Amino acid sequence: MTMTNTGNKDTRSGFGAGLYELGTINPNVVALCADLIGSLKMEKFAESFPERFFQSGIAEANMMGVAAGMAVTGKIPFAGTFAEFATGRVYDQLRQSVCYSQANVKIAASHAGITLGEDGATHQTMEDIALARALPHMTVINPCDYNQTRLATLAAANWEGPLYLRFGRPSVPNFTPVDGPFEIGKAWMIQPGEDLTILATGHLVWEALEALKILAQKRIRAELINIHTISPLDEKAIIESARKTGAVITAEEHLVTGGLGEAVAGLLARHNPVPMRMVAMEEGFGQSGTPRELMDLYGLNAAGIVAKASELRLR
Amino acid sequence: MNPKTPHSIPDLTSQIRRDIIRMVTAAKSGHVGGSLGSTDFLTVLFTEFLDQDPAQWRRDGQNMDMFFLSIGHISPLFYSLLARMGYFPVKELASFRNLGSRLQGHPSVENGLPGVHVASGSLGQGLSVACGAALSKRLTGDPHRVYVLMGDGESEEGQVWEAAMFAAHHKITNLTAITDWNGQQIDGPVNEIGGVGDLNAKWTAFGWRVLECDGHNPDDIRKAYRLAAEPGEKPVMILMHTNMGHGVDFMTGSHKWHGKAPSAEQEALALAQLKETLGDF
Repeated sequence: MTMTNTGNKDTRSGFGAGLYELGTINPNVVALCADLIGSLKMEKFAESFPERFFQSGIAEANMMGVAAGMAVTGKIPFAGTFAEFATGRVYDQLRQSVCYSQANVKIAASHAGITLGEDGATHQTMEDIALARALPHMTVINPCDYNQTRLATLAAANWEGPLYLRFGRPSVPNFTPVDGPFEIGKAWMIQPGEDLTILATGHLVWEALEALKILAQKRIRAELINIHTISPLDEKAIIESARKTGAVITAEEHLVTGGLGEAVAGLLARHNPVPMRMVAMEEGFGQSGTPRELMDLYGLNAAGIVAKASELRLR
Repeated sequence: MNPKTPHSIPDLTSQIRRDIIRMVTAAKSGHVGGSLGSTDFLTVLFTEFLDQDPAQWRRDGQNMDMFFLSIGHISPLFYSLLARMGYFPVKELASFRNLGSRLQGHPSVENGLPGVHVASGSLGQGLSVACGAALSKRLTGDPHRVYVLMGDGESEEGQVWEAAMFAAHHKITNLTAITDWNGQQIDGPVNEIGGVGDLNAKWTAFGWRVLECDGHNPDDIRKAYRLAAEPGEKPVMILMHTNMGHGVDFMTGSHKWHGKAPSAEQEALALAQLKETLGDF
């Protein structure tokens, strides 16, 4: 499938668009935000459905608890804040009031990863996927562009159970078809190939598409699969692809620790071990910079994927 | 005569206190002190004020009052009260804290125990959840009330004050919060440990209507619940003055019985002070 950038957009705007659409079609959808309405693009929902929008102030722990109470009583709350505050700051609330209580809360986690950029490491969570996927019952989704984030938001409302929806701040290529395919828990085969498998999530999917072009010039026919749902993993699709190609690269905007790469490694170690490489931040905290500078500095880009592919091919 | 139970408050509270002692002794762990201290006012709430039919209880709380136990560690009281009111069989109390039991050390929803809307145990979270449920009822047009029981030691948790601010700001008036003000926590008297101080002044400053009450006097308790449910512009906090361990002389008023199980001898001494009124489980 050929993918074309139809114009750069931020994934958070895809969330905002999806949330507004949900407001028009599902009266049970409510939204909460911890003083970041503009950042999360929640203005349109807040203005259109003021009775269903709850400004929570800079008090994320309370917001998650309020959302849990709304969920238990039949609402479908979307609780929005930055990914760092949506995991690290409220972990015990997510654990007890949301996941252990089986509360149907949707966590809208924006500005995830290094591409938050200039604000620096205090706000750049590179650990949130690890934290979210460690929680029993939590579904974890990291869409790759505006269109997919909008579809993931719509799908989240129809998905029963706690769900962590991770998206970002910068404008990035919008390239997936407006109508998907998108199905929670089902990996999306973007391009079949024989020589190695690239499993990419979030902003790294576009980088992987760029990498495919470079690899093709080197006569490497890579398979590209979009893993938008990190938990539960589409185990069947990943195992089948690893069996076919015999080599796997994962690509994500996250630390190695606890991210997509380790999730895939754990799966393949049990079922079908193959040589693997992980495109992810190796260690430590981030720093201030533009999103592009930071992605390049930490190798979270097409060149980083190509380099790992070369390592695998040289084995 | 109360329509929900044929038993008098003294008969119920005496039996519930026996249940608490027997459950915690059998499990060799659990929290007797706070359970005994909250027994009187919680029994009055469930028998005379909480609009719930145990047989029709639903986890989503639709068309009924809702009760949230934020201080999940007083589960022995909560379970005994639920069983004695008919939410589940009384004999199930014998399984408290056992492997595979619905009566987990702290309340859980995983096995569908009637009466439990959300898990609790990690402190500070119940008021937020209750606020969400109350807002949800307001949105749906359900006129029923939401109750939440908290602890004075628990109010050392920052989230409690986030929720306090939120409830006042959003004018959540279909909510009655209760704080068991027994002055004790695990490590000692609350005012020596966390500096909770004047809870009335604090909640008032946060924009709440505050009532104080003798948490062992049924008439005083009834008056407080009635006043709390009267229409107003503010959320309501009832500060219940209680003694930890109330009803058993050697357990009364000391933090030492916060989370300790009685020995067999101590159990016998305690039970000798509590009349078996409804039949032990």
